[in-house]
Amino acid sequence: MAAPAPASLVVDPAARVLRAAGEWTACALDGLQVYWRRWPHGGDWTVDTTEVGRLDSAGAWALHRLTQAAEHAGARLDLTGLAPQHAALLELVRARLPPGASRSAPARGWLDAFGRAVVGRVTETGRFLDFVGRLVAEQRRGMRWARLVQEIDAAGVRALPILGLLAFLMGVVITYQAGEPLRAFGANVLVVNLVAVTMLREMGPLLAAIIVAGRTGSAYTAEIGTMRITEELDALRSIGIAPVEMLVIPKLIGLVIALPLLTLYSSAMGIAGGMVVADSLYGVGYRDFLVRLPDTFAPSTFWVGLIKAPVFALIVAMVACHRGFQVGHSAESIGRETTVSVVQSIFLVIVADAVFSVMFQVLGL
Amino acid sequence: MNGEVAIAASGLATLAGTRVLHRDLALDVQRGEVLALVGGSGSGKTVLLRTLSLLQAPAAGQLTVLGADAAALDAADLRALRGRIGILFQHGALFTGLSVLDNICLPLAEYTTLDPASRRELAMLRVGLAGLPAEAAHKFPGELSGGMIKRAALARALALDPELLFLDEPSAGLDPVTSAGLDELLAGLRELMGLTVVMVTHDLDSIARVSDRVAFLGRGALLAVAPAAQLAASQEPEIRAYFAAAPRDYGGSACRPA
Repeated sequence: MAAPAPASLVVDPAARVLRAAGEWTACALDGLQVYWRRWPHGGDWTVDTTEVGRLDSAGAWALHRLTQAAEHAGARLDLTGLAPQHAALLELVRARLPPGASRSAPARGWLDAFGRAVVGRVTETGRFLDFVGRLVAEQRRGMRWARLVQEIDAAGVRALPILGLLAFLMGVVITYQAGEPLRAFGANVLVVNLVAVTMLREMGPLLAAIIVAGRTGSAYTAEIGTMRITEELDALRSIGIAPVEMLVIPKLIGLVIALPLLTLYSSAMGIAGGMVVADSLYGVGYRDFLVRLPDTFAPSTFWVGLIKAPVFALIVAMVACHRGFQVGHSAESIGRETTVSVVQSIFLVIVADAVFSVMFQVLGL
Repeated sequence: MNGEVAIAASGLATLAGTRVLHRDLALDVQRGEVLALVGGSGSGKTVLLRTLSLLQAPAAGQLTVLGADAAALDAADLRALRGRIGILFQHGALFTGLSVLDNICLPLAEYTTLDPASRRELAMLRVGLAGLPAEAAHKFPGELSGGMIKRAALARALALDPELLFLDEPSAGLDPVTSAGLDELLAGLRELMGLTVVMVTHDLDSIARVSDRVAFLGRGALLAVAPAAQLAASQEPEIRAYFAAAPRDYGGSACRPA
């Protein structure tokens, strides 16, 4: 289709007439902006609109804007040749145009932003405490076993392939990196100690928690957040079910059960990865590796790794669910809260891991 | 009405998933006409509206919208055509991350090269036309009531002064006064700018007030396309049942702007 002729004003200085022509429609008004930014003509003029092709409400607004701009410059503009329906449209536009229209929203300064940030941080702490309070105190009618099993399946069983692969590769990398210097000392066989202790104490639990935070925590936040936007949370309340009872508790308990199991699995897969590299690169066969493995770490090493898992699970589940409840009214806020959820829970997991390390050091474990 | 055709569909078939909703459907919408699409729940009114408004490709058949063959459009033509079509979605579909004013400014910014101040002013005109108070312009969709969301969505649909306007249940959730005001606005815009309107509605009052013709959907086809008064007197059992549910005075004339 041919592009419409843009709206224009042809100046006829002799007759003091501005001849309007072209399509006065929303998409064709660009050429007229200069007129209402600053009215260029002095004195009184007549605008002849007989040549105007189509006039929609944006075009009528443009006409109105022109007369306004002229008035502002102390001139007067008369409209002639307006078709009756165009005149009626102009009338409608004048009647419906809100006064003080071009004002934009008030700009916010840095002080405003600073104040909001400070208040936001403080109230955020309060809201989290409120959430924890609800978790503990809200009335509940028993455990929802079916939900619990679903959550364990979603957070635990379905995470096995990706977690297994990553832990295996991590075991490969650690053994490979540590093996070279050990071989220089002829202490190849010590890679068993190294990979076993690293995976059991640190990497296994941390890897499982980080995968769960990214995979399951984000899902929790998005799920609860979406339910908030679509008023499903209110619907639950209206049926007499506390959202915390239906959504949070099964997730929380499910994750506390699933994450220690995932931790065991990830440590085992990491050690398996180490075993493959030890055999292929450092001459420590599978049999030697497995025979040596039980003697390489004290029982406390095993428990030290495992005991962190439920704590990590609590952190991830509580942060993720809390962020879900913080979702506002917009689609963007789901994205924002999900990001915050993942970043915060990974951050807190690593902080907690550091605290555990110091604690175990002090306890001599 | 000048006899021109805004939408011409013939042999149209639509699918919902794999289920056939409409088969061999023929419908012409005249320019400057207000056509109401009615029918029982699940008769595929919204799917048909989505098809006619080029959001969903028909499974079969010919569709011509504003003189352009829907199947033969390239990307640039389609974009230009969309600029001439406004859609009011059932639940508003306002962008929740933008204020009402920014929602209306978005199509203006996409299709025109007006400066931001002019765009805002033009957007404020839409706000006024849709009957929203000026303060509402700076609010976010989440802060608005259901009726105000409808009107803000209408303001966005009208942003570019479309020639063809699709409305999906415009009066659902509105109080009778607001609903009547909306009909009045539509009738006014139709009168002044030759706006063509296709609306899905259940509001018999609104049908009586503004529609020129009513297309009745049922059993996967158009059972009838006729002025409301004629349709209300139809012998077709489904149509009879629909209009008998809440009898109205459809008057003798098909078109009675409120």
